[in-house]
Amino acid sequence: MADESDKPLPGASPSAPLSPPAPSPSLDPSAPTGRQPQSPGELFRVFNRLALQGFGGVLPVAHRELVEREQWLSPNQFVELLALGQVLPGPNIINMSIIFGDRYFGLRGAFAASAGLLAVPLLIVLVLAVLYQHFASHALVTSALRGMGVVAAGLVIATAVKLHSTLDKNPVGKPMSYALGAATLVMVGLLRWPMVWVVLGLGSVGMALAWRGLAAADRAEAAGGDGRSP
Amino acid sequence: MMLDSWELLGLHGLGWMQLLQLCGHFMLLSMLAVGGAITTAPDMQRYLVHEQGWLSDAEFTASVAIAQSAPGPNILFVALVGLNVAGVMGLLATMVGIMLPASVVAWTVGRLRRARHQSIVLRAFTAGMTPLTLGLLLSTGWILLAPTREHWGSIALVILTVVVMVRTKISPMWLIALGAVAGMLGLTG
Repeated sequence: MADESDKPLPGASPSAPLSPPAPSPSLDPSAPTGRQPQSPGELFRVFNRLALQGFGGVLPVAHRELVEREQWLSPNQFVELLALGQVLPGPNIINMSIIFGDRYFGLRGAFAASAGLLAVPLLIVLVLAVLYQHFASHALVTSALRGMGVVAAGLVIATAVKLHSTLDKNPVGKPMSYALGAATLVMVGLLRWPMVWVVLGLGSVGMALAWRGLAAADRAEAAGGDGRSP
Repeated sequence: MMLDSWELLGLHGLGWMQLLQLCGHFMLLSMLAVGGAITTAPDMQRYLVHEQGWLSDAEFTASVAIAQSAPGPNILFVALVGLNVAGVMGLLATMVGIMLPASVVAWTVGRLRRARHQSIVLRAFTAGMTPLTLGLLLSTGWILLAPTREHWGSIALVILTVVVMVRTKISPMWLIALGAVAGMLGLTG
């Protein structure tokens, strides 16, 4: 809330720079940027600022702030950090903040960066929740929230729809990828089986198939083939 | 209705053992949350609503909706779920549970790394988990619709949301506002 002025204007295109005072970044994406956070306090402020701009997803904002504005990371370093954040369990933006903060200021940095992401947004969410409880008896508030819940469901489904094309090139193989996704939906979403067993079971199948596909692709590549998995 | 602040501080009838159980279940989910915290929502709902009966379908979906209407990482819905189950202590139990194991892993791997993450083990892990992540996201959508899915208006609104999100770059904020208006007009049941 303190950083109200840093929020993008509603409807502003995410690619439109917010008036970055920084000089234009180097064009070589792998060049180290040379800039870095000066203190845990600065880490906290920057991560707080990017969290407050993230409605329905902090990652695009993280790229703009860390790569374009602060230039703490080159585009390549950002993608590497993102890949690492994604394979680890937990929210990838928080994993990224922990690894990034730790790199500069150890445990203190990890705390500063992740607290920056969470502290003020948590307060805002709590205020909203308290307001909601306060007005929960008003039929209009309950119905508004029911409508918002429907949109929340749509946002999550849309993420899955946007990502579905990654299954086509997945080393697991296209038919098996879709089968595993569908089986997860049936077991967790419809049959309501405990997630831990479904993930351990189907996850092992997926990883074994992916391993086989990757090994085959690597062999094909080494043999000078076109690198396509069978 | 006046807000009763004691209600926020109280445990809503949960005992300390149940609070530990709650924290433990969220720690387990933390380690399973490979596609982000939202992929564990179906199991949270199964555990809290169906197995323990600590929340209703509507309260669960409302927690996610409120968290999505605010800025910040979407993991904050976990804080609201905890708050609704057992007040501030519930919030601490769920947030510590969902954050701690994954954060320790991230911190450790971040330090061990500088090694390449192109190893076949990590690639097989990522690729093998992706189909499950998509299945879990769809499950989350289906479960968030539990209070409203009987109603034609909410089905239409979900389809509209998905189409707009996939086809345009419009901020989700506007869709959430649209959802609030549609809800107030009684279009979602």
